[in-house]
Amino acid sequence: MNGSEFSWSEFFHMGGYAVFVWSSYGLALGIVLVNIVSPLIERKRVVKRVKRAIARDRHASQANNS
Amino acid sequence: MIKKIWAWIQRFSSPKHFYAISGKLIPWFAVPAFLLGIYGLYMGLFVAPTDYQQGESYRIIFIHVPAAWMSMFIYIVMAISAAIGLIWQIKLADMIAAASAPIGAWFTFLALVTGSLWGKPMWGAYWVWDARLTSELILLFLYFGYMALQSSIEDQRTADKASGLLVIVGVVNIPIIHYSVEWWNTLHQGATVAKFDKPSMHIDMLIPLLVMALAAKLFYAAIVLMRARNEVLYRERNRQWVRDLVKKL
Amino acid sequence: MSMNKRSKRKLLVVMVLLGMALASVLALTAFEENLLYFYSPTMVKNGEAPSERKFRVGGLVVAGSVERATDSLLVKFDITDNAESMSVEYRGILPDLFREGQGIVAMGAFNGQNIFVADEVLAKHDENYMPPEVADALKAAEQQ
Repeated sequence: MNGSEFSWSEFFHMGGYAVFVWSSYGLALGIVLVNIVSPLIERKRVVKRVKRAIARDRHASQANNS
Repeated sequence: MIKKIWAWIQRFSSPKHFYAISGKLIPWFAVPAFLLGIYGLYMGLFVAPTDYQQGESYRIIFIHVPAAWMSMFIYIVMAISAAIGLIWQIKLADMIAAASAPIGAWFTFLALVTGSLWGKPMWGAYWVWDARLTSELILLFLYFGYMALQSSIEDQRTADKASGLLVIVGVVNIPIIHYSVEWWNTLHQGATVAKFDKPSMHIDMLIPLLVMALAAKLFYAAIVLMRARNEVLYRERNRQWVRDLVKKL
Repeated sequence: MSMNKRSKRKLLVVMVLLGMALASVLALTAFEENLLYFYSPTMVKNGEAPSERKFRVGGLVVAGSVERATDSLLVKFDITDNAESMSVEYRGILPDLFREGQGIVAMGAFNGQNIFVADEVLAKHDENYMPPEVADALKAAEQQ
């Protein structure tokens, strides 16, 4: 980072700004994960709802037929 | 001729057609987004040199600036989609707008928080009410307003109309955000990259910034398609093709 | 859908847009004073800054003007916009970027002796990003 030898502790220290830099990157990672997971969960929910609607309609048509 | 184009647009913007195509497209956005993201992080954290003024703290820029760009880019996409939905009644456009809103709100939130985390050590304050910060906060409220209207109005067509109108009207905020640093004395500094002369940033810092910005755009493309597919399934739930499809899942 | 209905809707969208644009321009002009985050020393000299309430001044810290008290956090310095300058007094912790030649924004008011007493000092940095070697090289080139 400063042209000389690389050290991990220096890297994590971020020149004294570790708290600010790493919380920014951490928050970004968290938001990326939330954005990936939430449409996957949403999809499961929607599929379940549609399946329930299909079942309901089948019941209704059977009741009408009998 | 116009009739032909119109017919073509209607066929390609049919939710059924979109659902099939988008499923295949997602990995083509998601994989490059992931690879570019990793590359950008590596370049930004390990290769980019220390800043002469701000030391290591400036590395927040690789998150903050792409997030801020996305917050405005997604809003413009949303407004265009909403306008298309409103004028030509293309259902798919309304679904794209609805799918974009939460992603845009997250990016706006990220831009505001990382800006705050950068402002504290450099400016000396987490928050100031200057024109740039205030207009970006208003952008977050516009996203919230859109989502509130979408979820509070029962009838889908009315919801799309009301929320679409809000988003279109809110577009005036976008040039205000961009030019706020030129029009008024702000604490926030002026534009670095979007200037008519060459960007005032060292090339080794500029590359990771642009890579991260591109990664964010591809990420948005992948996520908005995932969300729009959910919108299709939900809004078209009474269609036979959706029912046939869901039965197989 | 009839063409007429569609063009009506288009017209409505355009009208709403124009209306909002006009309203925002009016609002922004009216609030221009509030949106102005800070006053420059020249504006202060010309009496454009408010006298009855606190306000912000912004300028570059004059090189060699910074005086720090040894027993307290009191700092005195001058700021300039390269046309006019003024003295600022502040008691507290300065941001990391505070240094001579740096742009700062101070919130406060004048005391009786024409010294601006600040209760908040924020640093304003520029939009340039470069490694220190490059900054040094630029400086050296400028001096030649």
